Amino acid sequence: MKNGLHPLVMIALVAGVTLLGRALPTWTLSLATIAASNALIALGIVVLARTGNVSFGQGLFFAAGGYGVALIANAWGLTDAVAQVIIGAACGGLLGLIVGPFIARYSGIFFGMLTLALSMVFYGALVKSTALGGSDGFNVGRPTLLGLSFTDPREADFMLYAVSVIVTGFAGIGATILFRSEFGLASLAVRENNLRVEYLGISANRVISINFVIAAIFAGASGAFALMAQRHIDPQFAYWTTSGEFVFVAVLAGTQSVAAVFVASMALELVRSFSSLYLPNTWQLVLGVFLLGVILFLPRGIGSLWIRKRRKRSTIAANAPIAAETGAAS
Amino acid sequence: MNFFLTIVLDGLIQASWLFIVALGLTLVFGVLKILNIAHGSFYALGAYIAASAVTMVAARGFHPGIGFVAMLVAVALIASAVGLLLERCLLKMFYGRDEVVLLLVTYAVFLIFEDLTKLIWGVNPIYATQPYELFGNLEFAGLYYVGYDLVLIPISALIGFAVWFGLNRTVIGKIVLAVIHNEEMSVSMGVRVNRVYAVAFAFGVLLAALAGALTAPKISMQPGLSSDVIILSFAIVVIGGLGSIEGAAVGAILIGLARAASVHLMPEAELFMIYFIMAAVLVFRPEGLFKREMARRI
Repeated sequence: MKNGLHPLVMIALVAGVTLLGRALPTWTLSLATIAASNALIALGIVVLARTGNVSFGQGLFFAAGGYGVALIANAWGLTDAVAQVIIGAACGGLLGLIVGPFIARYSGIFFGMLTLALSMVFYGALVKSTALGGSDGFNVGRPTLLGLSFTDPREADFMLYAVSVIVTGFAGIGATILFRSEFGLASLAVRENNLRVEYLGISANRVISINFVIAAIFAGASGAFALMAQRHIDPQFAYWTTSGEFVFVAVLAGTQSVAAVFVASMALELVRSFSSLYLPNTWQLVLGVFLLGVILFLPRGIGSLWIRKRRKRSTIAANAPIAAETGAAS
Repeated sequence: MNFFLTIVLDGLIQASWLFIVALGLTLVFGVLKILNIAHGSFYALGAYIAASAVTMVAARGFHPGIGFVAMLVAVALIASAVGLLLERCLLKMFYGRDEVVLLLVTYAVFLIFEDLTKLIWGVNPIYATQPYELFGNLEFAGLYYVGYDLVLIPISALIGFAVWFGLNRTVIGKIVLAVIHNEEMSVSMGVRVNRVYAVAFAFGVLLAALAGALTAPKISMQPGLSSDVIILSFAIVVIGGLGSIEGAAVGAILIGLARAASVHLMPEAELFMIYFIMAAVLVFRPEGLFKREMARRI
């Protein structure tokens, strides 16, 4: 695939967005942090959706990452932001490694239901475990970075913003490279027809498992960000409506473009915060109408706003069946 | 022995209303192939409407029995109208799209209904306890039960039988079964599939709302009701097999018993148990307990 930006250009973009945070007002900064963190987990869902499977239980890994980080932070006093992200990703990834191979045998609606069931098992266990604060959860301290602690709230917000944008940005670049790789194309093939892929000598289960673990790592890291931003964790992290929101972002974005995931996530956060500011009792209503509107008018997601034209010119011949289905599959 | 009986009875009482909710969910999935997340919202809608109807009747000093009938009639009328309206004006636009997209459409409906119920009925708990004393207290093998709870069991069995009979022994039911089985073929045989869709969806909404109405006197209506119910009925239909009525019945009894048993034996494991059962069933029989395996299309 020739189209798309060069990785170096993308790195420059990430750096640009990070520095832009210096100029943004504080309220946008924390909003953008949450948007970047949600984009990361939604990116994982998009990665997985390219194999044709949609996970409704990413909250499982989100909560696993969050709780893992929170417990280690409180037990050993580890507050470094970068270390916390790595721990979160590791917690999510390890759990994904256990769950992935076993869940890869299922497809379609059963895949979604099973992931949902697993996340709700985790939720049920968390709510009732008094050692972890039950349904109230518990608090953790402010994150630090490389030994520096930030007392000025604006500096702390910017630090968190920078870390989350850089991590999410690099995850996005990694995902773009992955999508263009042989493995990424094999994932698309699995979605089209997993039996044929098996006959061609590639293990479809392995492809799904690996994508699943990647999604779990992203979700775990995202859980770490959510924890650092809220400095509080509770079982709501694993509840099905939380997972639903991430699928929501992924569907808004569509599976065609990585950048669309960030745009969709930011759009969702903006809609949410503005409607909760001006219409405090009806923000879910606004969100629902917004979602219906996007599904109706942009069936292939926000990404189709700028991807469509390019596809038509260059790769429609090669990708015709894929392009026809990309929107629907998410 | 008494302890065991308590669990079984409590489980059956739970199962009775869960079955009605799950029956609607499984029917809608069978006919329209939509896993309806908004189903829990219709349950909550029914419960809220019932509460309003009961309170209105009670305020005029009528007998609670009239309140009971009034709430069922009000719920049946409003729920069917809401169901028809939603299917004709909204869902219709998304047919032919991916299962997951339709699931998200119903998720959007769920979000919208969450706020609509809050706007209409507020966020404070609402009660409608008058019909609860309607059937007095009954003694059963040395245990005392509220009559209303026990009456739910035959009501639910009756509804289940009526649906089974309607589907398997009437012409309309046979047509619905034909659409479930093979939509294209039914169209070419002259079945108006659009109409079947609309009626089936409205009927599903009606069942959810009826279950809400029947349980309204037992519970307090407050926000969050719908997301709890949908997650339970999901577990039931997945255990039983999506689209299977027998499956919904067995799933409801299983989940009802599991809930009752964990409430009595280990209250901390309630939610955990339910999803543990669901995950276990999915692992060994992904199609659910009551669904035949389908040939894989290449």
